[in-house]
Amino acid sequence: MNEELKKRIEEAIASHRVVIFMKGTPNFPMCGFSARAVEALRAAGVTEMAAVNVLADPEIREGIKAYSNWPTIPQVYIDGKFIGGCDIVCEMHERGELAPLVRG
Amino acid sequence: MLAPNDIETAIAEALPGAEIEVVDTRGTGDHFQVRVVYEGFEGKTMVEQHQMVYAPLRSLLDSGALHALALRTFTPSQWKAQTGAEG
Repeated sequence: MNEELKKRIEEAIASHRVVIFMKGTPNFPMCGFSARAVEALRAAGVTEMAAVNVLADPEIREGIKAYSNWPTIPQVYIDGKFIGGCDIVCEMHERGELAPLVRG
Repeated sequence: MLAPNDIETAIAEALPGAEIEVVDTRGTGDHFQVRVVYEGFEGKTMVEQHQMVYAPLRSLLDSGALHALALRTFTPSQWKAQTGAEG
């Protein structure tokens, strides 16, 4: 991955406490998995998040997969740390583990 | 179009001895639900466990042949607790 792309990804991850790389936007998700991840975050008390729409940015779409070593979208970062994709975020919410993480 | 067996074989090669269940959720051969119970997940984070399952499926995911994968991973003891609770 080139340095410029890596820097863009790192800046995106650092831009907010909760960052989601998704298809579409939180209010208009373009994929069921992205929609479920946003829903879980909101249900866990997240009122604000930075969303990166990978459909609008093919470079980021491929770059974030390499950066996180994770082959699918969505991807959630909290406080700069990779939390996981839709399955993990939803499972953490079901177990009540997401809300404490979000509260910090 | 993939068969559940293709997914199962790829995972089984990477994670020998794992218990794997694959369901074609739409019957279209590109959306799958996968459950993996594996001894080697012991001591790994959930992210690491999922990465271990994704690794052998990487080329299928990258090519788009495998469009969606809903994944749940368990260690044998977690799975035992889970099925006990549900049963």
